[in-house]
Amino acid sequence: MSDLTVLPLEELLEQIQDNLYGGNVEPVVAGVHELLRRGLTPYDALTQGLIAGMDVVGEDFRTGKLFVPQVLMAAKAMKAGMEVLRPLLAETGAPRIGTLVIGTVKGDIHDIGKNLVGMMMEGAGFQVINLGINTDVEKFLHAVREHAADILGMSALLTTTMPYMRVVIQALKEAGLREKLIVLVGGAPLNADFAKTIGADAYCRDAAKAVATAKRLMAEKMGGSLA
Amino acid sequence: MARLPDGGRWRALLATPGPILADGAMGTMLFEAGLTSGDSPERWNVERPDVIRGVHRAYRDAGSRILLTNTFGGNRFRLALHGLDTQVAELNEAAARLASEVAHAPGSRAIVAGDIGPSGGILAPLGELERDDAVKGFAEQAAALHAGGVDVVWIETMSALEEVEAAIEGVHRAAPGLPVIITMSFDTHGHTMMGVSPEQAVKELTALGAVAVGGNCGLGPAELLPAMVAMHAAAPDAVLVAKPNAGLPVLEDGKAVYRGSPGEMADYARRLVAAGVRIVGGCCGSAPAHLRAMADALSVGSPGCPRVL
Repeated sequence: MSDLTVLPLEELLEQIQDNLYGGNVEPVVAGVHELLRRGLTPYDALTQGLIAGMDVVGEDFRTGKLFVPQVLMAAKAMKAGMEVLRPLLAETGAPRIGTLVIGTVKGDIHDIGKNLVGMMMEGAGFQVINLGINTDVEKFLHAVREHAADILGMSALLTTTMPYMRVVIQALKEAGLREKLIVLVGGAPLNADFAKTIGADAYCRDAAKAVATAKRLMAEKMGGSLA
Repeated sequence: MARLPDGGRWRALLATPGPILADGAMGTMLFEAGLTSGDSPERWNVERPDVIRGVHRAYRDAGSRILLTNTFGGNRFRLALHGLDTQVAELNEAAARLASEVAHAPGSRAIVAGDIGPSGGILAPLGELERDDAVKGFAEQAAALHAGGVDVVWIETMSALEEVEAAIEGVHRAAPGLPVIITMSFDTHGHTMMGVSPEQAVKELTALGAVAVGGNCGLGPAELLPAMVAMHAAAPDAVLVAKPNAGLPVLEDGKAVYRGSPGEMADYARRLVAAGVRIVGGCCGSAPAHLRAMADALSVGSPGCPRVL
């Protein structure tokens, strides 16, 4: 491996982003360590290195230049880099990116799309709690409380299971949890009208859109500190 | 019934001139018959065999020459989500027998395709599903379909070539003589979700020994047509298959419905055949009425009385 210590910062960041794009785990981790060695805050290493790199991945995924396998590889590299940073971010009191609780609703066992959203959100720096498939109201509410979630993501691939999203949102309201929570929904048969009807904050067509929407709504929620 | 050599009926069907009509959606019909979402459609192979037989009969009488068994989610990975993974053999064999009863009845000219769908997982190292386990799982399903008397295996709605390879290996392991048809879902920027292009699919799947290759589900016929054109250009000799949904779903009262009419499906059936497709059918949202219109458009006739041969 080339000597990272002699690279100008600009090139080092670019190299980390390229390695993320290519899903190269070790070089990404090495790059993150080098950023920290140079005295960058963990938060700057995260945003200027990893998140900036994943933004490119997300954009190319959205436009059809990359597909799921490449995104999964990039997400793995991102996760490895994030593992270096996560404990330091907590110690240094870095601004919170946000916590997402995500699951496929009760009666529905589809999980690839939902997992992809989870990984892309991790790639964007969010903490992600994935509840899996066939998730009922109690499980959603419990997780939202336990992890003090900022965002709830619900997925459904069946026309017969999507109405359950309304049930969950209703229960959030009754529990007094809805107001502070951003609720995003997704899945093949949904659309923006449906999201509005059931009282969700937004419908997200795909994983890239979910990340962009989550960031925008989090920024609004935090009073623009992340914008 | 005397057992024919594996693949005999498929070869006979392929030898008849002209386009071949496959069937329409199974799931759509079962939901109409009262299947609640979240339930396993495969369970009905033993609990509601009358309904499954009825769907097969409706498609056969509409002119379908290839009936797919009700086993899309019949591999152990999908059945496990319903706690049914110990019943792979029972459910698949029952499904194959139900379809055979209808397809192989006196006077019928239809054949049975054993339906194998995706595992729902992603193969290692990218995902968690070990290749060996995938091969074993698909082999287990194929063995049961073979025991139930299918004429051909139809691996459908696939996104990843790695998983298709594992499925083919599983089928070959369990039933080496069964012909294999493979269709993938080209629903993401003209590729599969995992980034496989139609050209790549037709070349690689033909090389793996598939007797027919194409696209199903994902989107409607308008979106599938260009993929089929690309396949035909890349492999002019390949037997091509198109089984699109009845258009794109639209929401009505919070319920997704497929609004593609029988007339539209019939129109696209003609265009697909003109583009070089040999086998045409319908996926989600396609009912017997759609298939009847497609049969008329292609002049393939009903099972007992071929109009044009």
